[in-house]
Amino acid sequence: MTAERRNNIATILITLVAAVVVIPIVFVIAFVIIQGMGMISWEFITSAPTNGMREGGIGPALLGTILLTLGTAIVAMPLAIGAAIYLAEYAPNNWVTRQVRLAIVNLAGIPSIVYGLFGLGMFVLFLGTGTSILAGSLTLGLMTLPVVISTAEEAILSVPPEFRTVSLSLGATKWQTIRNHVLPHATPGIITGVILGLSRAAGETAPILFTVAAFYLPELPKSIMDQTMALPYHLYVISTQVPGMPTEIQYATALVLLLVVLLLTTFATIVRTIMRRRREW
Amino acid sequence: MSATEGNTNQENKILVNDFDFYYGDFKALIGLNLPIRTNQITALIGPSGCGKSTFLRSLNRMNDTISVARADGEILLDGKNIYAPGVNVVDLRRRVGMVFQKPNPFPQSIYDNVAFGPRVMGLNRERNLDEIVEEALQSVVMWDEVKDDLKKSAMELTPGQQQRLCIARTVAVKPEVILMDEPCSKLDPMATLQVEELMRRLADEYTIVIVTHSMQQAARASDFTGFFWLGELIEFGETFSLFTQPKKELTEAYITGRRG
Repeated sequence: MTAERRNNIATILITLVAAVVVIPIVFVIAFVIIQGMGMISWEFITSAPTNGMREGGIGPALLGTILLTLGTAIVAMPLAIGAAIYLAEYAPNNWVTRQVRLAIVNLAGIPSIVYGLFGLGMFVLFLGTGTSILAGSLTLGLMTLPVVISTAEEAILSVPPEFRTVSLSLGATKWQTIRNHVLPHATPGIITGVILGLSRAAGETAPILFTVAAFYLPELPKSIMDQTMALPYHLYVISTQVPGMPTEIQYATALVLLLVVLLLTTFATIVRTIMRRRREW
Repeated sequence: MSATEGNTNQENKILVNDFDFYYGDFKALIGLNLPIRTNQITALIGPSGCGKSTFLRSLNRMNDTISVARADGEILLDGKNIYAPGVNVVDLRRRVGMVFQKPNPFPQSIYDNVAFGPRVMGLNRERNLDEIVEEALQSVVMWDEVKDDLKKSAMELTPGQQQRLCIARTVAVKPEVILMDEPCSKLDPMATLQVEELMRRLADEYTIVIVTHSMQQAARASDFTGFFWLGELIEFGETFSLFTQPKKELTEAYITGRRG
């Protein structure tokens, strides 16, 4: 067999492997769209479920997911960005820093149900928040930390070091340097990380299971101390706990959840692209 | 201190006493002793890796950002050791500004580049920022070139203009000393000449230390010259006498191109 022939075979095989990876994704998305498309309407995404959830819409669950995503952002962003700035700019290369990094890596590897149980024990019971949007946001926020910290740190480290050197040489303090000449350039990367973290949080069921999610709650929450329905948990409930559930509603709910996550991811991509184009170095 | 004394000014802005500098175990600078004269241009020459840039960065403690770096001995700025405990490096860098090898404006407007230093120092609370920016650009003879384009990105300027902008940015914080690390090595001959003329103008107000690879530049543009070799200062003196009557054989070998 000639080298050229082997090369051709390798090319074909590798292309096939790539295709195999893509096919299930396309298949899942297409399936959900085809099955769920018919139910989607303004009415469906805004109204409350009725008749034991067998009819009506998903309004409270969608709103709950939006609120939880916002709550997650409020909890995770300051902590994660602060930690990333510390790790990238301040942390000395010593034992403590290595333990912090190790902790972050491990945090990323913890199964989400463990976060859910931690949230139940720590926030709901010990700190007495009860099952509430607050408890859910804190739990999801914690779960989101590692991915946001890692992407934000990477974004900060990718800012050319000479900006820091020049800024310091002009008599700027370390913080003035970071605020004026590091963070502005790292923002696109940080935003991307935040949104990717949020898109994961928006789709998670386990962390909200014991901390915030209501089985059925047609009224909208009035404060962050209230429970709320949420899309992923609602989808779980109507898929497994409700006999005689029409499948179109299940697929339509799944489709809305997919769209929420897709919207977040697309937004992240657009932000990154626009801000990269404006970058001049 | 008066500039009218020209080359004869013997007042020391900076005095270096038995200064050693280490990168980890490597001794990069060995027992340096030299004066930097007020309102004069001091050139540091020597082959690559001889320590002249390390020495330059010791003068505003930019080497502090390297974790394994360590200094011994003292560098007196107006008689006060800048390596003494408790010295505020931010204040030091405001007094001892720096211009780098590669023109490195911030990717911002011309105006914001010059205004950054005064802003972080809070100078804009005492004076109109526009005036500070104009004055700094005037002092590098750039005001007429760019006064209508202040909002334009500094990245659109030519390398020569960028380097003069960087000098203006340094001048805007009103330092006492300006350190220049091979400021012309990325510039064409015309732009190099402009920067050299500029140094001469600035020497009326500032004490200038320049590291250069070009012996012609040192000979043309400086009042005093120090010759570095393997981390040691081999010879220091008035530029004219160092180039015409070097006292050390090594200096002569280097400036005539036999060693380097």
